[in-house]
Amino acid sequence: MTTTPIPFDPRTLRAPHPVPGAPDNWRRFFTFNTDAKVIGIQYIALALLFLLVGGLLAMIMRGELITPPADLVDPSVYNGLYTMHGTVMLFLFLFPILNGFNNLLIPPMIGAPDMAFPRLNALAFWMFPVFGVVLMASFLVPGGPASSGWWAYPPLSTQNPLGLLINGQFLWILAVAISGVSSILGAVNFCTTIIRMRAPGMGWFRMPIFCWTALAAQTIQLAGLPVLTAGAVMLLFDLSFGTSFFQPEGGGDPMLYQHFFWFYSHPAVYVMVLPVFGFFSEIFPVYARKPLFGYHVVAIASFGIVFLSLIVWVHHMFTSGTPQWMRHVFMVTTMLIAVPTGIKVFAWLATLWRGKLWLTTAMLFAMGGVFNFIFAGITGIMLATVPVDVHVGNTYFVVGHFHTVIFSTITFGVYAAIYHWFAKFTGRMLYEGLGKVHFVLTFVGAQLNFLPMHWAGLMGMPRRVASYDPEFALANVLASLGAFLLGVAMIPFLLNLVSSWVRGARAPANPWQAIGLEWLLPSPPPAENFEHDVPTVISGPYGYGLGHPLVADQERYEARLKEG
Amino acid sequence: MADSLFSTPAALDPTAGPQGSGAAGSPEQGPGHGSGEHAHGGYNLTGFVIFLASESLIFAALFAAYIVLKGSAPLWLPAGVEGLEVREPLINTIVLVSSSGVAWLAERALHRRQLVRFRLWWLLTMAMGTWFVVGQAREWLGLPFGLGDGVFGACFYLLTGFHGLHVITGVLLMALMLWRSFRPGNYDGGEAGVTSVGLFWHFVDVIWIVLFALLYLWQGR
Ligand SMILES: [Cu+2]
Repeated sequence: MTTTPIPFDPRTLRAPHPVPGAPDNWRRFFTFNTDAKVIGIQYIALALLFLLVGGLLAMIMRGELITPPADLVDPSVYNGLYTMHGTVMLFLFLFPILNGFNNLLIPPMIGAPDMAFPRLNALAFWMFPVFGVVLMASFLVPGGPASSGWWAYPPLSTQNPLGLLINGQFLWILAVAISGVSSILGAVNFCTTIIRMRAPGMGWFRMPIFCWTALAAQTIQLAGLPVLTAGAVMLLFDLSFGTSFFQPEGGGDPMLYQHFFWFYSHPAVYVMVLPVFGFFSEIFPVYARKPLFGYHVVAIASFGIVFLSLIVWVHHMFTSGTPQWMRHVFMVTTMLIAVPTGIKVFAWLATLWRGKLWLTTAMLFAMGGVFNFIFAGITGIMLATVPVDVHVGNTYFVVGHFHTVIFSTITFGVYAAIYHWFAKFTGRMLYEGLGKVHFVLTFVGAQLNFLPMHWAGLMGMPRRVASYDPEFALANVLASLGAFLLGVAMIPFLLNLVSSWVRGARAPANPWQAIGLEWLLPSPPPAENFEHDVPTVISGPYGYGLGHPLVADQERYEARLKEG
Repeated sequence: MADSLFSTPAALDPTAGPQGSGAAGSPEQGPGHGSGEHAHGGYNLTGFVIFLASESLIFAALFAAYIVLKGSAPLWLPAGVEGLEVREPLINTIVLVSSSGVAWLAERALHRRQLVRFRLWWLLTMAMGTWFVVGQAREWLGLPFGLGDGVFGACFYLLTGFHGLHVITGVLLMALMLWRSFRPGNYDGGEAGVTSVGLFWHFVDVIWIVLFALLYLWQGR
């Protein structure tokens, strides 16, 4: 690494207005650019590309499962498919796309010109294509990609039948490790930015909820990722250098890995869902034209979730030979998580209650996401209960629950955020009509895909199998049709993104009449946001219908937007 | 490397803007307003402290693994191994831990603008760190067991090796700071880089104290 500073003059990046025909100056998205808004779009675009890869893997799996016997792909190939599907969706789609939103939203929302450490930020981003390529390369090595599931439990994951040093599991661990380093660097940056760079007058309890949830999520990254890294290093040594940390025959303990893995990977769900709670909290007040109900409680509940998320991980190990007392303790802590999350759900519902709902695509996705989340919360409580989990723990019930969280809640929230902020950061409006087609297809596809999985699971269908008993056929046919529908839903979505950015209508500074610092900037915002003219915040966020200004001299900032 | 990455380009220097540094501020006040000089270093230190807090958890996880495995493994020491020799590592430990004090003397000298004295103390710290690494390497070469010899061998080499990497990193970062001290006027606006590296060095030393206790002092079962 060189210490030569990268030449950086933000003024050169600020093209006056996009020229018709293409996003302005698109080449900057392929460079080591230190502008958080460029990095944000880099993250989001590359993550959407990997969403297509992960979705393709899912559809091959659903194609296999549409008939009971394993006829489309070999069962061993199927093992690689579900391993890579999970890994791609978590490490190459959701984590990066949320980091993209952190980059886009945090600095403008708090009135900062950029992240605290722009070069570190760019470095963290450029690790993403590196570990993406490493993971994709594992399809090409002899023996194929990692096939031990995204949990990579030893001793299964430390099998190396071909005896090669570079094998699928090796590349998998390497990719996860690089991703971890990148995430820790990102977390340091996001936390420092939020803690140190807020606009004058923006105290903690005047900060938008998205910044609260981002800070909470990044705290989990800082606390959990080191533990996963330690476990991954030991796994790598077991796999490649003949140690026996997790090998019982050498005196090791395979359960230790499970503890390390879930200590991070349970909270990892909250790393993804917390920013989405932030999206919901930002979006509902705008389109319901009401202040967020219980702002203080919603903000603090984020850190309640952080605390609880770090003491529940053993609920993934109820059937791994965990002692009975431990099962009881972790059952109770897991159920407690329903309290802070329930508070948030009630706050959103109360925000919507008697609001004047404006059903834009963003609002539809946000409402759909909360609807699905309530369902996932109920099945989550069921799974937290030891006697239930012992029976359905390794069935499709868990797969259905997990996808209702990861796709039907988190990805819905991500879509809502894209429809809400696309205009702000590209300067172009998305087509609402295509957006609503996307929403309807996605909503129907998600229910069709994931609801029958719960049913199949309750009937006893095990997860991670390429063939199954014919009695589960109907549920699987429905799920497969839902999956293909979700694939079709990507067409209007991508068409909308590309065509809007190229030739969509120009976006005004504040198309949704929203309240927030980012809406006091032009669309797209200039490279340094407010530069040296940072407004002084004089009231809390979400002042819809209250009639008081957000910042001192608000008229001046608004007038400047009209001139622009 | 760390220093160049943990830095804010001049264009974004908060000292120029209306925001600034200072303490996190009261609930309704925001992070405070331009207090000038130390704002630049303030971000770096905040970021570095957050990073170290996270880094310490990797060691916490490795220590936990060691304790759990030592408690549960049916066979701990490899056949023919009685235990670890304590004398040489103890001398090493004393050298490394006292180097923290020397680093502190260096930081104090820099704070008082005694650049030559800073360099001397700093160089001594680096020498003591290097002594430790060499001593560690000599111990490794003389041991009758390897990485693959049971959980004990694996734990021993992983823990000492991972810590050793941190010591080497620390020495390299100190070399970088030393080199930068020869750039005219480099430390006029504060010494966040040296403070961060000093912090890193104390961190590495504290980790070693725990590690020494776990590996060498707690040998019985
Ligand atoms: Cu969990």
